[in-house]
Amino acid sequence: MSEEKKLRMQLQCPMPKLDFDVITLGHGSGGLLTNKLLDSGVFDLLSNPILDARHDGAFIELDGKTAFSTDSFLVSPIFFPGGNIGELAVNGTVNDLAMCGAIPKYLSLSFIIEEGLKVSEFWEVLVAVKFACEKAGVHVVTGDTKVVEKGKGDKIFINTSGIGKVHSKANIAASTIKKGDKIIISGQVATHGMAIMSVREGLEFDSEIESDTTNLNHTILSLLDQFGENIHLLTDPTRGGVATVLKETAQSIKLGIDIFQKDLPIDEQVSSACELLGLDPLYVANEGLFIAFVAKEVAEDFLSELQKDENGTHSKIIGTVTEEHPGQVILESAIGGKRVVSMLPGQQLPRIC
Amino acid sequence: MKYLSEYRDPELAKKYLEEIKNTVSRPWSIMEVCGGQTHSLVKNGIIEMLPKEVTMIHGPGCPVCVTPLNLIDKAVHLALEKGVILCSFGDMLRVPGSEKSLLEAKAEGADIRILYSPLEAVKIAEDHPEKEVVFFAVGFETTAPANALSVIHAHRKGLKNYSILASHVLVPPAIKAVIDDEESRIDGFLAAGHVCTIMGNSEYHPLSTKYKVPIVVTGFEPLDVLQGILMVIRQLEQSHSEVENQYARIVREEGNVEAQKVIHEVFAIQNQMWRGIGEIPMSGYGVKPKYADFDATKKYEVSIEEAPENPRCISGQIMKGIKKPYECGQFGKRCKPSNPLGAPMVSSEGACAAY
Repeated sequence: MSEEKKLRMQLQCPMPKLDFDVITLGHGSGGLLTNKLLDSGVFDLLSNPILDARHDGAFIELDGKTAFSTDSFLVSPIFFPGGNIGELAVNGTVNDLAMCGAIPKYLSLSFIIEEGLKVSEFWEVLVAVKFACEKAGVHVVTGDTKVVEKGKGDKIFINTSGIGKVHSKANIAASTIKKGDKIIISGQVATHGMAIMSVREGLEFDSEIESDTTNLNHTILSLLDQFGENIHLLTDPTRGGVATVLKETAQSIKLGIDIFQKDLPIDEQVSSACELLGLDPLYVANEGLFIAFVAKEVAEDFLSELQKDENGTHSKIIGTVTEEHPGQVILESAIGGKRVVSMLPGQQLPRIC
Repeated sequence: MKYLSEYRDPELAKKYLEEIKNTVSRPWSIMEVCGGQTHSLVKNGIIEMLPKEVTMIHGPGCPVCVTPLNLIDKAVHLALEKGVILCSFGDMLRVPGSEKSLLEAKAEGADIRILYSPLEAVKIAEDHPEKEVVFFAVGFETTAPANALSVIHAHRKGLKNYSILASHVLVPPAIKAVIDDEESRIDGFLAAGHVCTIMGNSEYHPLSTKYKVPIVVTGFEPLDVLQGILMVIRQLEQSHSEVENQYARIVREEGNVEAQKVIHEVFAIQNQMWRGIGEIPMSGYGVKPKYADFDATKKYEVSIEEAPENPRCISGQIMKGIKKPYECGQFGKRCKPSNPLGAPMVSSEGACAAY
C-alpha cells in the first residue's frame, strides 16, 4: 500500500479514542471489554443493515446456484509492502468465490488476536478490511473475535468465509477442460510471495517489490459475461505457486499440460530476488493473480479483453492442454529443454549456494 | 536480467548443442561435480537435449547431501535438548536425521531459524546475550569464507554465546576419491565454478595431470554448462587432458586470496566423513584449536551414537556416478522429495531430487 493511500484511509477513518492501547485477554472474553472493542468502531466501520442487527448470526436471502468458500490468513509480518493481512483476508475469499464463477456478496470475519497487539495496528487492519470490502462490493455480515495468550498466536489470524451467487453463464469445473485449451495467466508471477519475503525476519532485503493483492471479482465477472462456458477453469495460484496449481489440475483432468518458460510474465526485480535467494518463482505464492483454462477458439479474444483490464495488463498465454503425458506438467525451458514440473514438497527452502 | 539473460540465450544454446553433436564421436561420461550444475542441467532440460553419446553423471557436490547423518543428529540435539537458537541455511532443514529432521525438531518447539548469511547469526547472538546461538556451518569451499568470517567477527566482538557446527567439505579430494573408486568410469569433469572462485584452479592441475582427465572449471547458467561440456568433449576427442577455465569471467587462476586467508585463519584441513561415501582423507575443514570456543562440537558435550543409514538408500553409488537415480528401486516410490530416504532427494541440487 502506498503511503499516500494509507494516509488517505486513516484520514477517512480516524481511530476512535479508547482507554486502552493494547488488546488483552479480556477483549475476547465476550463481556464488557469485547463490547467496548466492537463498539469502539468495528461495527461503525463495517456497518450494513445485516451486520447492524447484531444477532448471533446473519439473515440473508439467497436463490439459485450459490458458491461458498472459506480461508484463514496467517501472514507474517502482518504489514507488508503493498498491504496488510486485512485486505488479504477479504481479497482471498472474494477471489476464491470469483474462481467458482460466483459474484461474491457476503463475508464472515473472525479474528484470533494474540494479546498485546496494539489497538492502532488492529485498527489499521480493520480499515484495510473496510476498503477491500468496498472495492469488491461485499458486506461483512457476521463475525467473531477471540484473544489468545501471548506466544500462542502471531499478532493476528483472520478467517473469512464468503458466499455468492454463481454467474448464470458460468460452468467452471476441471471436468470441462479439453485438449487444446489455452492456459492464460492474468499477470506477473511470484510478486506477492517475494514482497513478503523481502520483509520477513532474517531474510530482509531492499527492494521496491509490493504485493499485488487485490480483488479479481469484477475482472472475472466481465470475462464471464463475454466468454461464459468457454471459460473451463479459473484458479488462483496462491500457496504452492503456479507449479502446484497446474500439477493439481493435470492430475485431476488426466490430461497433460505444456507450459513455456519464455512466456511466463515476471517482474525483473522479482526475478532477480528469486535468483538471489535460490527460489523458483513457479513455486512462490501469488495474490491478485489467476489462471484460466479457456477454449482455444476464444483464447486470443479472452487475452485481449483481459489485457484491457487493470488486473490483466501483463496477462499472457503460458501453455496448452495436451493428450500427451497425462497427469504431467512439462515445462519448456527458455533454451528449449524440457523438464517435469512437480508439486511443492512442503515448504520451499532456500538453497545453500 | 543483466549478466544472466546473456547466458540463457536460446539461439546460442542451440549453436553449442550443434557444436557438441558435431564434435562427439563416441560415448563419454562427464561428471558435473557441483549440485548447482546438476540443478541447472535439470531445470533447463539440458540432459535431454544432449546427444546420446554424452552421459552426465551427477557428482557429490551437494553440501546438504553429504553432511554426515551424525552431525544432523547433533544439530537436532543441540536445538531440542540444549535450547540453543540453531541457525541454518534453508535446505538443511528437511534433511532426515536418524530420528528426525531439523524441520521436525522445529515443529516440536526448537528455535531453528533459516538464514542466508552466517553474519546474521552473529547478530542474533549479539541481540540475545542470554541465549546460545549455533550456526550450522555447512558447505563446500564456497561458504567457508563467510562461515569463517562469522567466527572472526564473534571473536572480535567478544561474544561468548556464538559457535558453529561445522561440516565443511572440499572438492579436489572428492574428485580424487571418485576417480580412485574402481567402479566409477568418469572420462572428464566439470569443476565447480563457485568453489574455484574462492580457491582458484591450482589444486586441479595435479589431478588432471596424474589421472589424465580433462577438468573444466564451469559456471552455472545454461550456456556455461553447455560450453563446459563442449570443452571437456573437445579435450576427450583429442586425447588431451588439462585444466581449462570456462568461468573466466568470475574465476581467476589464484582465486580470491583474501577469502582464502579468512578460511585459513579459522579452519584447518582434516579427514572428513561424507554421507553416503564414507571418510575421505584430508577432505574437510575443522575449526582450529585457536577458535575452539567457537566450535560447537568442542563447546557442547554431545556424544551421539553413529546411526546407520537407511539401508535402502544407495546415495553413495549415486554420488559416485555408479548408478543413476532412476536405477534405484526406491526412486519415486518410497523415496520422494516429500519423504526422502536419503539426502540426495532433499535438496533441489541433490542428484535424486533434481530428477
